[in-house]
Amino acid sequence: MTDTITTSAQAVGNVLQMPGPRPPRPNALSTSMSFGWRALLKIKHVPEQLFDVTMFPVMFTLMFTFLFGGALAGSTDAYVQFLIPGILVQTVVMITMYTGLTLNKDIEKGVFDRFRSLPIWRPSPLVGALFGDIVRYTIASVIVLILGLILGFRPAGGVVGVVLSVLLLLLFSFSLSWVWTMFAMLMRTEQAVMGVSMFILFPLTFASNIFVDPSTMPGWLQAFVEVNPISHLVTTLRALCEGSFEFGQMSGVLIWCAGFIVVFGPLTMRLYNRKT
Amino acid sequence: MRSGTALAIETTGLVKRFGSNTAVDGVDLAVPTGGVYGVLGPNGAGKTTTIRMLATLLPIDGGSARVLGHDVTKEAETVRGKVSLTGQFASLDEDLTGTENLMLLGRLYGYSRAAARSRCDQLLEAFGLQEAGGRQVKTYSGGMRRRIDIAASIIVTPELIFLDEPTTGLDPRSRNQVWEIVRALVAGGTTVLLTTQYLDEADQLADRIAVIDHGKVIAEGTTGQLKASVGSGALHVRVAEPSRRADAAVTLERTLGVPVSLESDPAALTARIDDPQRVARALATLDDENIAVTTFALGQPSLDEVFLALTGHGAENAETTAATGTFEGTAS
Repeated sequence: MTDTITTSAQAVGNVLQMPGPRPPRPNALSTSMSFGWRALLKIKHVPEQLFDVTMFPVMFTLMFTFLFGGALAGSTDAYVQFLIPGILVQTVVMITMYTGLTLNKDIEKGVFDRFRSLPIWRPSPLVGALFGDIVRYTIASVIVLILGLILGFRPAGGVVGVVLSVLLLLLFSFSLSWVWTMFAMLMRTEQAVMGVSMFILFPLTFASNIFVDPSTMPGWLQAFVEVNPISHLVTTLRALCEGSFEFGQMSGVLIWCAGFIVVFGPLTMRLYNRKT
Repeated sequence: MRSGTALAIETTGLVKRFGSNTAVDGVDLAVPTGGVYGVLGPNGAGKTTTIRMLATLLPIDGGSARVLGHDVTKEAETVRGKVSLTGQFASLDEDLTGTENLMLLGRLYGYSRAAARSRCDQLLEAFGLQEAGGRQVKTYSGGMRRRIDIAASIIVTPELIFLDEPTTGLDPRSRNQVWEIVRALVAGGTTVLLTTQYLDEADQLADRIAVIDHGKVIAEGTTGQLKASVGSGALHVRVAEPSRRADAAVTLERTLGVPVSLESDPAALTARIDDPQRVARALATLDDENIAVTTFALGQPSLDEVFLALTGHGAENAETTAATGTFEGTAS
């Protein structure tokens, strides 16, 4: 017994003499990517966390296509062309909510103390987590699109239009996620984060042009749909999928993305730095 | 002592409030470079909060703190580059394997993938964890967990390492291993600031100790100084016949010149003594009076006694209360 202990003490002494000089400080992208790698490892070890990104897309796409298709567009075939870009947005945007939930739970763990005591770019644990989530959003997008194609979705914009749509959606989701990261820092429990997220996401996704043409809505609701960033995003995605893309629409979406990051990024970081 | 050497940690009037609760209430610390500095205190005394402020995890609400010569608020980034923290609870990702955790941290410290891998292998081997490397940390035993926590803290050798209650909840064997590791860290030139609730741990490892209670430093010094402050020791005597105990008490009080207390054991009595020189004479006098003694022991007060005397926690008898009064005169 004494022998093993002595050996280990010597070995510990030896590893303290580091081989070579101290490595240079890594840049912000490198540390964020390392945290993204952590997120992927967590998916590998806890694959159950992919449940939401596989089941939500299937449920939403099938449910809304068959629920509203006949009534709103005369047939599900006709409705699918209109709905798929919208349901793609609905699905992925709903899933961004889990970013906040996961972070709220994660940050309570002791490992965040270690991350925060490292000499690295401060936002990298959060940015890395969002990078990992982009993988989840991509999985969800692919599932919706495959299901859409099976249901008869035939985008005139072709592969390029669809790929650009997904990329824009990923950018939007990354930006919107900073709202949830802020709530993840602000709220004490997961349930509270969930509640607030739902309260924001339901009106944002339903009071939009995802499911219906807003022209039949009362004026005040139309006004909301007009300014709703989700509507801007859906309109742009529909145009990209149809091959009739307008830069004006897209710049509106990009401004919203920048807005989310510029406002909620620093707020999140402020709360993160003061988190006890 | 180490006067003249640069201080590893220097705080003046350090304060942290959580709402109306003042968790750290004006802590002054002067931790010399090199060796182990122990921060001793019960749960909720403010040890962890103090450490978290020094490791730049919590903003300070009052006073100032310099770590390795750098202000923790203004030069937080520099401080982070020189210190390492092993938190009280799992300070690694439980879902990841030991290897993945060390690889992640190695990459975050700026090692290339290959260099991180080789550093990770060295550390796992040194800490006897090669075989556990591929398993998720949540499957580790308490001792393995502490070892990998500490391994993760020395991926890049820090100048100062904070160990927050490193042996809480460990079995004696694992605790000894952690102690050996702490001694190895010190031998390697790293300053260790260690918090503990265990007096024997502070006694075993620390060169100097600060006793914290209710967010305040109530005593500071070497273990020897702290012990000396509650009197030089105690004489424990057990008489052969319980019926003679009262006589023995009278004799001892007379020869030692201090009050003698009767223990719950009907044959035992204890005297807190100022002058050990008188003990031999006192025992000889018992013999002269034909009071047979089965055992006697002369002990330094344990750190436990010191602690109880200083904090008053659990202290019920008059002796410890008196000791508190004695000590406060000399405490800073």
